[in-house]
Amino acid sequence: MSSPLAADNKAAAPSLIGDDARALQVSGVSKSFGRYPALNDVSFAAADREFLALLGPSGSGKTTLLRVLAGLETPDAGEVRFGGEDYLAIPARRRRAGMVFQHYALFRHMTVAENIAFGLKVRPRAERPDGAEIRRRVDDLLSLVQLEGLGRRYPAQLSGGQRQRVALARALAIEPRMLLLDEPFGALDAQVRRDLRRWLREMHDRAGVTTVFVTHDQEEALDLADRVAILRGGELIQLGAPQALYDDPASAFVYEFLGAANNVPAVASGGRVSLADYTAPAPADAPIGPVQLYFRPREVVFPASGEPALTAEVRSVAARGPDLKIDAVVAGAPVELLAPAGAAPPGVSPGAQIRFAPTRFKLYAAAG
Amino acid sequence: MSAVRFSGLAPLLLAATVLVLGVLVVMPLGVVFAEAFAKGVGPYLAALKDPDALAAIRLTLIAAAIAVPLNAAFGLAAAWAIAKFEFRGKAALMALIDLPFSMSPVVSGLVWVLLFGAQGWMGGWLEDHDIKIIFALPAIVLATVTVTLPFVARELIPVMQDQGADEEAAAVTLGAGGLTVLRRVTIPNVKWALLYGVLTCNARAMGEFGAVSVVSGKVRGLTNTLPLHIEALYNDYDFVGAFAAASLLASLGVVTLVVKQGLEWRYSGELAAGRRQ
Repeated sequence: MSSPLAADNKAAAPSLIGDDARALQVSGVSKSFGRYPALNDVSFAAADREFLALLGPSGSGKTTLLRVLAGLETPDAGEVRFGGEDYLAIPARRRRAGMVFQHYALFRHMTVAENIAFGLKVRPRAERPDGAEIRRRVDDLLSLVQLEGLGRRYPAQLSGGQRQRVALARALAIEPRMLLLDEPFGALDAQVRRDLRRWLREMHDRAGVTTVFVTHDQEEALDLADRVAILRGGELIQLGAPQALYDDPASAFVYEFLGAANNVPAVASGGRVSLADYTAPAPADAPIGPVQLYFRPREVVFPASGEPALTAEVRSVAARGPDLKIDAVVAGAPVELLAPAGAAPPGVSPGAQIRFAPTRFKLYAAAG
Repeated sequence: MSAVRFSGLAPLLLAATVLVLGVLVVMPLGVVFAEAFAKGVGPYLAALKDPDALAAIRLTLIAAAIAVPLNAAFGLAAAWAIAKFEFRGKAALMALIDLPFSMSPVVSGLVWVLLFGAQGWMGGWLEDHDIKIIFALPAIVLATVTVTLPFVARELIPVMQDQGADEEAAAVTLGAGGLTVLRRVTIPNVKWALLYGVLTCNARAMGEFGAVSVVSGKVRGLTNTLPLHIEALYNDYDFVGAFAAASLLASLGVVTLVVKQGLEWRYSGELAAGRRQ
């Protein structure tokens, strides 16, 4: 799932939770728009140079949180500290938080070069680089984002991916202390997204900044970030490294949000979970009583008879790339199973009964 | 955009439209110029060189020169507030801006008479301090400003709303202060709409009759604007003079229309580019 580059970075990222040396500390931040609560008591910390993803469905408050960090929204309660400073006391224009907006928000009446130079040109006279220096930095940034020669174009003359890179160059031009990205790939097609993803991670590593990245795409978040914070309804419900989150989702919501999921009703008691003639050891922290047994479509085996297994009635079978995708029903619950073509159970066809067992599963208390 | 093929009804509708426009718009315009030049070029020019006519032209230009920039500034501020910020009572504010459109100009003028006239609320105080508002330039400007209030704001609000506030937010995160954002991001983004609004505002300001006639006092050579001057001459049966002056206003209308068309062509392209982004 992750390239060697990302793995190295993840290993290098500090992970001292609650340490004061952390670059960004958000505590108890709440914000509502009229009666609609957008953020409710959100707290987390991000280390210097960490790449943190805020992941959640639309309406989860992730963009509001990003705008609070940028200074574009003022929280009703809570505290934001950055490098030990009270960040909320600093107006947006002095935070040096480079933000990339979802629709890029490039200045449409300025050329690419003018867009990138904007943050340098609006500095107070004493801090402003001279014209030659600004041109040099714009050229450097253009080559950094691989847009050499396009400095004189207008945003309307660029493709979506190119605009996205201009927006990033413009944000990097102010030598930001923090990079804030709001769904930066949201408006791009799938192939461009994947190409830009690796590139963005490299930009982050080179710039040496703390990056907070908002997305609703779990694959993107798990692939790119050092750690992922999952938001729902304005609350931060789980924060952790991608692998840890994927292996141990704290709730059924997180489990389902992080990837394709099946769940079947079961009963847990005496350290075991069972459904019909299937039984397996339950984890120590599993709930007792009626539970939902969650497993991923790919994490199944088809054991020989005699071993404990769930029985499913096959509804349909279809090839999906190298896999066989089996839609079936277990105890009234629809499930989707993926089996490598060679490992599929013999005689699988609509109407047939097959036996399978999840290799990994999670138990959550049954709702209601 | 797809055009429907001409059916039997379409030529009829088209003919009716051309007929109505011809009778109501083109013909009167022709009559204005025909009457103005009825006795030749000499009397036409003489009518325009008349001291009262020159005074009326001057007053009209001065009133517009004050009223139009005021309304441009107001329109920009109001549109900025309405399009870029969220606040209570936004709908009420928008309705209020439109009020001069739905109110008779005579009422707009009368309001100032009630306030500043000799019998008005502040009339006594103004007289004591020897400040002349009614029947003088200040009231003419006030009446013109009131009537033309919506023009610039109405033009800017939809364009600004369409563009959203993201570019301004981006400018702020890049370190720009409020004035810099206004000067370098907001105004350049609406410059064509602003010019368009100023143009229509100006045409209306120079042509305003009702509100100005209530407050001006109609003193020839002193407080008559061009439209009031036309009326006065017409009532004197000085048709060449009246139509010569009217031809100036008509020309202003035609020039405004031509520039407007040019701008529309130019600025619809700009809007489309904005949407593409």
